[in-house]
Amino acid sequence: MNFAFSIQDVLGVLPEIIIALGACAMLILDLFLERDKKEWVAYLGIFVVILAAIASWCLINTAEPYVMGRMMVIDNYSLFFKFTFYLATILTLLLSINYAKSADLDYRGEFYTLMIFSLCGMLVMASGSNLITIYLGIELMALPIYVLVGFLKNDTRSNEGAMKYVILGGFASGLLLYGMSLIYGLTGTTDLAGINAALSAGTVSPVILTLSIVLMAAGFCFKLAGFPFHMWAPDAYQAAPTPVTAFMAVASKGAAFAAIVRVFLEALYPAYAEWQMILAVIAVLSMFYGNTVAIMQTNIKRMLAYSSIGHAGYALLGLVAGTGEGSAAIMFYILVYTLMNLGAFAVIIMMRKTGKVAGDSIYDYKGLAKNNKVVALVMLIFLFSLAGIPPMAGFMGKLYIFMALINQGYIILAVLGILTTAIAAFFYIRIVLFMYMKEPEGEFDLVKSCALYIVIAISVIGVILLGVVPGSLMELASKAALLL
Amino acid sequence: MLIEYILFIIFAVIAIMSSLCVVTLRNPVHCAGYLIVTLLQVAALFLLCRSPFLAVVQVFIYVGAVLVLFLFVVLLIDVKKASMEIFKPKHRPLAYGVLAILLIETLVVIFVGGLEKIRLAAPGAEVKVETIGRELFTSYIFPFEIVSVVLLVAMVGAIVMAIDRRG
Repeated sequence: MNFAFSIQDVLGVLPEIIIALGACAMLILDLFLERDKKEWVAYLGIFVVILAAIASWCLINTAEPYVMGRMMVIDNYSLFFKFTFYLATILTLLLSINYAKSADLDYRGEFYTLMIFSLCGMLVMASGSNLITIYLGIELMALPIYVLVGFLKNDTRSNEGAMKYVILGGFASGLLLYGMSLIYGLTGTTDLAGINAALSAGTVSPVILTLSIVLMAAGFCFKLAGFPFHMWAPDAYQAAPTPVTAFMAVASKGAAFAAIVRVFLEALYPAYAEWQMILAVIAVLSMFYGNTVAIMQTNIKRMLAYSSIGHAGYALLGLVAGTGEGSAAIMFYILVYTLMNLGAFAVIIMMRKTGKVAGDSIYDYKGLAKNNKVVALVMLIFLFSLAGIPPMAGFMGKLYIFMALINQGYIILAVLGILTTAIAAFFYIRIVLFMYMKEPEGEFDLVKSCALYIVIAISVIGVILLGVVPGSLMELASKAALLL
Repeated sequence: MLIEYILFIIFAVIAIMSSLCVVTLRNPVHCAGYLIVTLLQVAALFLLCRSPFLAVVQVFIYVGAVLVLFLFVVLLIDVKKASMEIFKPKHRPLAYGVLAILLIETLVVIFVGGLEKIRLAAPGAEVKVETIGRELFTSYIFPFEIVSVVLLVAMVGAIVMAIDRRG
């Protein structure tokens, strides 16, 4: 499968090239900056991401989606995810600037740069149309995050979280690779369309195929923190610097979904009957486990970690539906999830009292509404959206997922999903209760930073707008969704 | 063919025995030694699959680089203290349970999976280094470049983790 290298190939992966080169430029810029001017690295990062976004914008509706000898595909599906990742990265960088400064992190320049490198991996995951590129994208995405989780080097908990994440992450990569190599052994190709063709021919051993599907599902579900592959998530989320937690929760999970949906729908669709049950079980267990265990948490980052396990379950249901409608619902859900989660994390960072890394307890929110009405109100909006209460966007996201399920006749799964939503409402609304119904126990000393206000403003507008008028975006997602 | 079959059995048995030693022995140096034996056997298996390049790479990278580095690290720490803890007695039933499940799964795959019917996508002729190089820099140029970025990230990450700027 030789291919003639052309300018088209370079243009197709231009966003990835811009991000990789931009990250190198950030490393170099970091060398020339004084310790208290490191935020310029982050500003350069934002500029680089915007450049890449422009390059991606020019690639919408390209005539020749397959580039680099079918290693990458530049379809609207991948571009939709890429824009979600650009948004998530820009917002996370904005969240980080103030945090990194007040926590007095060492290696602040590298802190921002590693996020941009991770973004590069996510872009590759969204666009990869070959198991090799997808796997390498996953590694490129995960490696910087391992380092970022352990960034608070003098905090033993941060070390522990990073250690767990690295070891279990390596283990999951091994499972994923084993599954991929079995698929290669069965079909003789790593190209997604080629795998689909070989599976459709129907000459492969069903037992080995099931084994490889189980292994790949386990590997991917680790990356998107689905039960029972979630063990690393609560510790890593709690231990990581808060902006990194936000980044992990939204962007790396989104990238894992971009890849799993493409692999399972584009390559493994002929084996739909085999994987649909496996994923349905993982999704239902994730919803129940994540949302019930979250009730017992008193640390808000840990609570959001368990809630993110539940959200992974909801989004997986879209894949279980196995239709273009389901994948469009996942795309919409991931975007909404990104906005509402980043908004909630922005408020958490705001609550961090000066000089103290803690302040993550849910009891800290008691009486917030008394003197800080606006902050309490936006937190309420994000929490209601996470719980899936209309008219916030979180409700529309869940609605589309459940509609995709019901249209395929999976009524029971939809009912189970709605049931867990009711459980989940409890722990989100408990924080709202603390904010509005309790007396404050002390003075609130909120972080005032322009960057945080921007993040919160964008998230609030997004969450409300997508909740009230989701139609046009959903239409975009449906057009971009994978065709079967 | 018969000779190859016998060789395969020999290499595979030694590989499994030595990898059992890797996980059961207490002294990290002995474990590393047996890991070298295991990896050499795997390299021999690659040779039987007609991929001399993979065999050589296996020896260079794993035996030559990774394990030597590992032994250096072991030299720097106190081996007596570092000798590994085995499972606590109360965790043993769980470990045995998982082992039993894995064993059953493996047996099912071997005997019910129809392994004998699978045509593996084996290369027709012996794979030359030149072919691999050509493929790597034409068809697989993009993954190759991603790997270079991954290595850069690994380097930056290692520096960030290892060096304490405040002394």
